[in-house]
Amino acid sequence: MEGTSSVGVFMRITRMALQYRQRLFFGLVSIFLASGFQLAIPILIGSAVDAAQSLEGAETVISNGSVSSAVDSIKGVFGEGSNPAKTALIIIAVLLFVASVGRGVSAMFQNYVGESVGQSIGYELRMLYYEKLQRLSFSYHAGVHTGDLITRGILDVEGVRMFVQTALLRTVFLVVLIGTGMYLMLSEDLTLGLISLSFVPFVAWRATAARLKLRSNWYALQERLSALTKVMDENLGGITVVRAFQSQEHEMKKFDITSNETLALANVQVGIRASNISMMGLAFMLAMAAVLWVGGLQVIEGTMRPGELVQFLAFMSILLQPVRQIGMMVNGYARGSASGGRLFAVLDIDPEIKDKPGAKDLNITSGTLEFHNVSFGYEGEHTLNGISFKAEPGHTVGIVGPPGSGKSTIAHLVPRFYDPIEGHITIDGQDLRDITLDSLRKAVGIVEQDTFLFMASVEHNVAYGDPWAPDDRVELASKYAQLGDYIERLPGGYDTMVGERGVSLSGGQRQRLSIARSILLKPQLIVFDDSTAAIDAATEQRIRAALTDLTKDRATIIISHRLSSLMHADEILFIEAGKIVERGTHEELLTQGGHYNDLYELEIRPSEDSSRSSDDGGAS
Amino acid sequence: MATRSTHERSHEIPPKASIKLGPTVDEEVFGDAYNGQMVRRFIKYVAVYKVLLWVAIAAVLVFTVSSIAIPLIIKSVFDDAINTGSISRSKLSTMVIIFLAAVGFNFVANYLQELIVGRVAERILIDMRRAMYEHIQRLSLSFMDKTEIGKLMSRLQGDVAALQEFLQTAVFAIGDLVLLIGIIGAMVWLDWRLGLMTLTVLPTLFIVRIIWMPYARRSFLRARVTSSIVSGALAENINGIRAVQGLSREHVNYDLFDIRATDNLKAANRASKFGVMMLPIVDTLTGAAMAIIVIAGGFFVLGGTITVGVMVAFVLFVQRFFDPIRALTMHYNVLQRAMASGERIFEVIDVPVEIADKPNALDPEEIDGSIKFENVTFGYLPDQPILKNINFEVKPGETVALVGPTGSGKTSTTALVHRFYDIWEGSVKVGGHDVRDMTQASLGRHVSMVLQEPFLFSGTIFENIIYAKDDATREDVIEAAQAVGAHEFIMKLPEGYETLLQQRGGNLSLGQRQLISFARAIVADAKILVLDEATASIDSYTEMLIQQALARLMEGRTGMVIAHRLATIRGADRIIVLQDGEIVEMGNHNELMALGGLYARLYSMNYASFDDIPDELIQQAMQDSQGSST
Repeated sequence: MEGTSSVGVFMRITRMALQYRQRLFFGLVSIFLASGFQLAIPILIGSAVDAAQSLEGAETVISNGSVSSAVDSIKGVFGEGSNPAKTALIIIAVLLFVASVGRGVSAMFQNYVGESVGQSIGYELRMLYYEKLQRLSFSYHAGVHTGDLITRGILDVEGVRMFVQTALLRTVFLVVLIGTGMYLMLSEDLTLGLISLSFVPFVAWRATAARLKLRSNWYALQERLSALTKVMDENLGGITVVRAFQSQEHEMKKFDITSNETLALANVQVGIRASNISMMGLAFMLAMAAVLWVGGLQVIEGTMRPGELVQFLAFMSILLQPVRQIGMMVNGYARGSASGGRLFAVLDIDPEIKDKPGAKDLNITSGTLEFHNVSFGYEGEHTLNGISFKAEPGHTVGIVGPPGSGKSTIAHLVPRFYDPIEGHITIDGQDLRDITLDSLRKAVGIVEQDTFLFMASVEHNVAYGDPWAPDDRVELASKYAQLGDYIERLPGGYDTMVGERGVSLSGGQRQRLSIARSILLKPQLIVFDDSTAAIDAATEQRIRAALTDLTKDRATIIISHRLSSLMHADEILFIEAGKIVERGTHEELLTQGGHYNDLYELEIRPSEDSSRSSDDGGAS
Repeated sequence: MATRSTHERSHEIPPKASIKLGPTVDEEVFGDAYNGQMVRRFIKYVAVYKVLLWVAIAAVLVFTVSSIAIPLIIKSVFDDAINTGSISRSKLSTMVIIFLAAVGFNFVANYLQELIVGRVAERILIDMRRAMYEHIQRLSLSFMDKTEIGKLMSRLQGDVAALQEFLQTAVFAIGDLVLLIGIIGAMVWLDWRLGLMTLTVLPTLFIVRIIWMPYARRSFLRARVTSSIVSGALAENINGIRAVQGLSREHVNYDLFDIRATDNLKAANRASKFGVMMLPIVDTLTGAAMAIIVIAGGFFVLGGTITVGVMVAFVLFVQRFFDPIRALTMHYNVLQRAMASGERIFEVIDVPVEIADKPNALDPEEIDGSIKFENVTFGYLPDQPILKNINFEVKPGETVALVGPTGSGKTSTTALVHRFYDIWEGSVKVGGHDVRDMTQASLGRHVSMVLQEPFLFSGTIFENIIYAKDDATREDVIEAAQAVGAHEFIMKLPEGYETLLQQRGGNLSLGQRQLISFARAIVADAKILVLDEATASIDSYTEMLIQQALARLMEGRTGMVIAHRLATIRGADRIIVLQDGEIVEMGNHNELMALGGLYARLYSMNYASFDDIPDELIQQAMQDSQGSST
């Protein structure tokens, strides 16, 4: 991920910023105005000093300077008779005031543009990131820690935003300010100008060096912070395990290790920043001392007016604040490029599963799902091998097999959470890869074993797939899933909050909610992926009875290890090591006397030989 | 305002979708900027670094003084060196040397203040987080049961960061205050008339600030709240991504997220407006101050009442004059935020540790493995006992199965063996010692626990099995895995024991996770094993493995099992039937069958597991058994 070059990252961020041309143009105008006003101030102060000291000096300055015409016009107002030095001072004061107000107003616009462009880019990145995460396939999400993705979406977006806001436009401002300042100082007095600016190369060098160091530091720090989040989150999530093993010490050790790593990195960062800021300040101050000495000598020798020296010193004190800010900006650059790199790394992933160009919406004629010789796996190792079957409307296909045999993979291939590596899957003759994901997933309802509850009311959770569903549909779906009575007994009924903040549901209730969620959408094809494991057999029976009406013209796939869940299926596939080893109806498979029969024996044995084995157990 | 904007959009928002997520506004609301008690408590954490902080404060002061000195030296250059003729050259050199000395001080002080304040602040951040985290580790589970993880996480992260910022700010605020006073003092000292005239702009600034503050604060607050709502929505979507994709809710979520993000964008822009608004105001006042100096100061110079150097110094001072004021008002916000964060942090730290070791708690090396409940009454809420007057004894090496309908008190009974909670009445004894007289660490060593839902940590399988038992060897781990029948599937994984688990062990099946948690319990090698059998039915293959593993696990140990599987129940030496927090039957399978009570009735229903039995049938059985016993 570090491979994303820092220049590339900046280019991309800048390109994003360039979309806001109007605002940026406005910002640039403000920058030039702000620099102009900013630089006018030392000139005016210099003139003021000369004016206060000697009439002639001020006159010279004023008549030589840019303000001569203004002086003439105001002289007219005051009349020739008034003290010209005092007149000059008043004029300079007015101009200073005007320049200062101008500086403030243009600085306001400049800052606002910086912040608002930063906010807009932050918004845009957030939306892009959110969209990308929603598009990335299961295989991606399975491999990353949610905490890491969340950190990127929050802290790294913030990092880029801060970079745009505090560094991008301000860099232009600094270049313009220091550049113009350079020009003015150099044209005023070459030697003194060079001395005043002697700090610039040093600061530039320090800034570059520090930026590189800080960038890798930010990368490492961000990564360690993610790790720390993970440690704490898992500790709190698994607190019962921690207690049961009395492993607080072990957990504290884990925490301390990660925590101290972040501390070490943060300390390095503080160190770089401290030496940077102070060194830059030192370089600047030394240049100022040199100006004072050389300029002082010149004033003593009479080759320079005191006002001119003051002007140089005022120039420099105006540059002091921006120079101090360079340290902060360097940090902004470093963090921005690290954060940008981390974000773009995610944004640039091409989702494995996406719509083909020109993909059409699924056109359901009957709703027949067919697997044609489907294989799936990674790096030559197949987890599914040559799977073929057909699920027709009104029919149920049951899939059973030992753990790791690939049952769930079959389920995940139907809504195209993954693509097969060989063979193809069709619905009504249309290859899944040729139709739009959205239309496919709307047609396929998959009920998974783990149910994620969103922090919302029960109603919103049931209606998750169709938030426009009317109340009666939500209630009906809940009733079908044998959850209606329970919900009605809840203190707030359908408005009861669930999820982390709300009431906690048992495993079986969660699975029933998940079933309600899916059937609310009346999908053309329903896949139950081991989704009744925590539901008792009787309730499952009632769910199935309630669903007969819904499933009579739809294909159903039931994956389960509980035979009672799929005994009634029209066809049962027994999967082992990714292959269909037996297929047929329950009765057919029993008479075959193969794996299925063994499994059946295994499952029913406890209740059949109960008396005998308990006799043994009791006797011993 | 929030309600209006929501109303305007109502046509886009689906009726059954939630918009609001994340912390509520009242949680974020600012408190006082200063809370003496909070600061005193915070100071305790800071006090550890007393010496360093004094050095830092000294550095801040030196930095400030040298910053004030520099314009004064420049003044002297003008007045003494430039204006006084022939000796001026050497005087200039002296001045420049003094200037260089000031620069040197300035540099060293600047370096030290940045370094020390930065590092101490980082250190304190870690200290505070550690203190809170460690405290959470000791809090009783009854606290954890009712506390959201997300909320604790935001305290462990966001709130400690706010306090870190506070510390940095506080130290620099001292500098700002000194700078402000120093500048005012220097100006008045140089020329009190000019000084006072310049200071006339100050009240204006304060008035403007006072008017500005409440509006600005509200807008800053709104920006923060909307931002955390966006973060909450993002986090939820990441966590629930499978449901989102499975139900094709992407478009709806995108729109909803857009609403939140746009809301935040607007709020942030509004806050920016309030932020930048101060710039022209401050600059206008700076301009006014400079105009006053130029006119009044210039006239004084012309009139000979002050030297030109004084005027130069004033001009230089006035450039820096507003910085500390601006910084101090900014600090005000940080202070408020820190106080609110501090309150939330100390709220956690102040939760009393209900279950703590007694001063002379026992830490027996060996125990006999017996468990004894004597007249135990216990509940989570006052006046609502979950367990009522429970009495039973488990002999060393015996396996006892706890059965009973949901809510009958099985889980609570097992939790008490581990002293997760303290009982109201009676006593729980492990190895003959009351659990309240033993150290929690020794309980942890002698009692191990397998939870219903196996929780695995990120890391390798090896790390998960060895877990906290640092002194276990690789052989121990493999042996344990072999004993529970996990070795085979582990070896089939690409990197065997070194395979990295995905979050919560996502790359393993539920049954496999269960086996790993068994192996973990074997490695922990405790005399007593408390096990909460999984309710979810597992495939029969793994189920068989698990049954075998269970037998291994129990070998030579005292077992207390919340049993759901009939096979497990029948295999137990004794069965305790709980109902509504009371023991209704106790005995082995045959005895209980002969008794013909609740157990016999439940058993005769022939469900594969007791938890399969629907509520109404249980009700029925309970009524029947009550009927028959009376």
